[in-house]
Amino acid sequence: MSILIDEKTPIILQGFTGDKATFHAREMIAYGTNVVGGVTPGKGGQKHLERPVFNTVKEAVRATGATTSLAFVPPAFAADSLMEAADAGLRLVCTITDGIPAQDMMRVKRYLMRYPRDRRTMVVGPNCAGIISAGKAMLGIMPGHIYKRGNVGIVSRSGTLGYEAAAQMNALGIGQTTSVGIGGDPINGSSFLDHLMLFEQDPETEAVMMIGEIGGPQEAEASRWVKENMSKPVIGYVAGLTAPKGRRMGHAGAIISSAGDSAAEKTEIMKSYGLTVAPSASELGSTVGEVLRKRAGRRSGN
Amino acid sequence: MDIHEYQAKELLSGYGVPIQRGAVAYSPEQASFAASELGGWHWAVKAQIHSGARGKAGGIKLCRTYHEVHEAAQAMLGKKLVTHQTGPEGKIVQRVYIEVAEKFERELYLGIVLDRKAERVRVIASGHGGMEIEDIAKTSPDAILQIIVEPAVGLQPFQAREIAFGLGLNIKQVSRAVAAIMGAYRAFRALDATMVEINPLVVTPDDRVIALDAKMSFDDNGLFRHRDVSEMRDLSQEDPREAEASQDNLSYVGLEGDIGCIINGAGLAMATMDTIKYAGGAPANFLDVGGGASPERVEKAFKLVLSDAKVKAILVNIFAGINRCDWVAQGVVQAVRAIGIKVPLVVRLAGTNEKEGRAIIAASGLPIISAATLAEAAQKAVAAANGSQPKAAP
Repeated sequence: MSILIDEKTPIILQGFTGDKATFHAREMIAYGTNVVGGVTPGKGGQKHLERPVFNTVKEAVRATGATTSLAFVPPAFAADSLMEAADAGLRLVCTITDGIPAQDMMRVKRYLMRYPRDRRTMVVGPNCAGIISAGKAMLGIMPGHIYKRGNVGIVSRSGTLGYEAAAQMNALGIGQTTSVGIGGDPINGSSFLDHLMLFEQDPETEAVMMIGEIGGPQEAEASRWVKENMSKPVIGYVAGLTAPKGRRMGHAGAIISSAGDSAAEKTEIMKSYGLTVAPSASELGSTVGEVLRKRAGRRSGN
Repeated sequence: MDIHEYQAKELLSGYGVPIQRGAVAYSPEQASFAASELGGWHWAVKAQIHSGARGKAGGIKLCRTYHEVHEAAQAMLGKKLVTHQTGPEGKIVQRVYIEVAEKFERELYLGIVLDRKAERVRVIASGHGGMEIEDIAKTSPDAILQIIVEPAVGLQPFQAREIAFGLGLNIKQVSRAVAAIMGAYRAFRALDATMVEINPLVVTPDDRVIALDAKMSFDDNGLFRHRDVSEMRDLSQEDPREAEASQDNLSYVGLEGDIGCIINGAGLAMATMDTIKYAGGAPANFLDVGGGASPERVEKAFKLVLSDAKVKAILVNIFAGINRCDWVAQGVVQAVRAIGIKVPLVVRLAGTNEKEGRAIIAASGLPIISAATLAEAAQKAVAAANGSQPKAAP
């Protein structure tokens, strides 16, 4: 198993015929992802990468049965594309786009609430690398070859730091179920908590690595939930110990502006809720390895 | 992006927030002329820098004659103003704002922010204006009124009324405060702001409600649809290296250490800096070259990092996802040859085509120190930074 996507998930791309979308759609297809078509308004009826192009998401869903989308839409039009995906009844839409205004995301999230919980769309991103279920399907822009099948879930705000974690795990022979990038913006479609809940239910996932960074209350909220509800171990890390207060560190959301925003505070919060925290970014893999070993020892020992 | 007080007032006024008559001046002559044009009996001369707490730092002066206005402007213009928000380096005053001064009876606080926890807009108000909100929160948390705005419909007049009555205003004042609150919210919403702060919002003896100070910050991601706001950017208020980096679409933040960093991805950049610290060193900067670390961008990044005289070693850490290590390696080799780097350089390449990338570095014949892992890269960079300048014997 894995969470969110697997090799059967029928996927469309919004903004399908653009250069970047085309490049990454090819990579996704080569990885084995079930890409069933795409949407580019005005190009409906054409074929692209041997797959049908539609004018609207609704048409695409009707014709292909797609449940999931990857939106490659420029910032000015991205919010619109996410709401279109939600209105067409997609289960999941992931957006890579960096630069979506925060107030647009605020309205997107409000829009999603129009639908009852059982048919509400999950938005992953924006400003993320996407989702990959190792060896099964890729919905994003990550280098697929660095992920190996295994039983650790990864959820990360940062793209490249998520890659780093996967690479360190692979070096120790630890593979992944699914890796999710929730993105570096101040308002994300989905949070650490949303994905921890899914990993908790996934029978194949044995432990989860949660990679946070400075800014925002998400890591604390997720850690509290881990303490109260999660049976699987969560290994935490928070980037930005050396980040000064009040300065934006690349990501729109990576800024220490209020209490609880700093890496030191978040690390303390994680520890106080019983998470194992990697002492440095160079020990992401080894810390996961240690936790898995202890867990295996406890199981076989009793 | 931040703007000056006078710019924030100009914008807010356009949305119905009452402000005092005022004019910006770049010289003492302009300042006294502005006072004479504005009329009135008293004027406040206010240093325009991107910082609050200017009053305590001597950046606001109440004047009774044109001559005093001239002198106050002369004392401020071209000088460095240090407030507890600017840090010890302070900010240079290049403009002053001359405003007609008027008596007021009460000072209120009004703030509108993007609340990341609620993922909604939050309106904050207090009867203890003139203090910083952090201090109000400490000394009298009960005096803070807050409203979360439902994004589908926006702030409603009843909510603004609740705040106004909650502040203990009389009925005449309430309707004016509501206009100010609604106006500030509309400006926040329409201009993609992340913060509007009116502190103080004052009540005059004749029941008028006026924004005496105003601060606005904007969502950089929203600026593309507000050309008028973008044009208000004042580069002189920003760190020159950071301003230059942003022109090249590089994300740079200067720090105190001596190891220059060039990294792709904001999270990996922060993590690499942390690893340098963990290895006993100190990063000189944050620098995210972005996903497509092209040779041109890599060269710009090197120039930027080297413009900091503190830098004793450079660490390049690239985890190639979209791009390829061989391509990045060519960029690094090209940049080193073009610029002639004199400090030790540690390069760690991982991800797509990492072997090819490392081979290019090794074959270049340049004195580049290669590292395979993040830990190794950080340790080598720290050793190089220490080695290039050995500690003096005790």
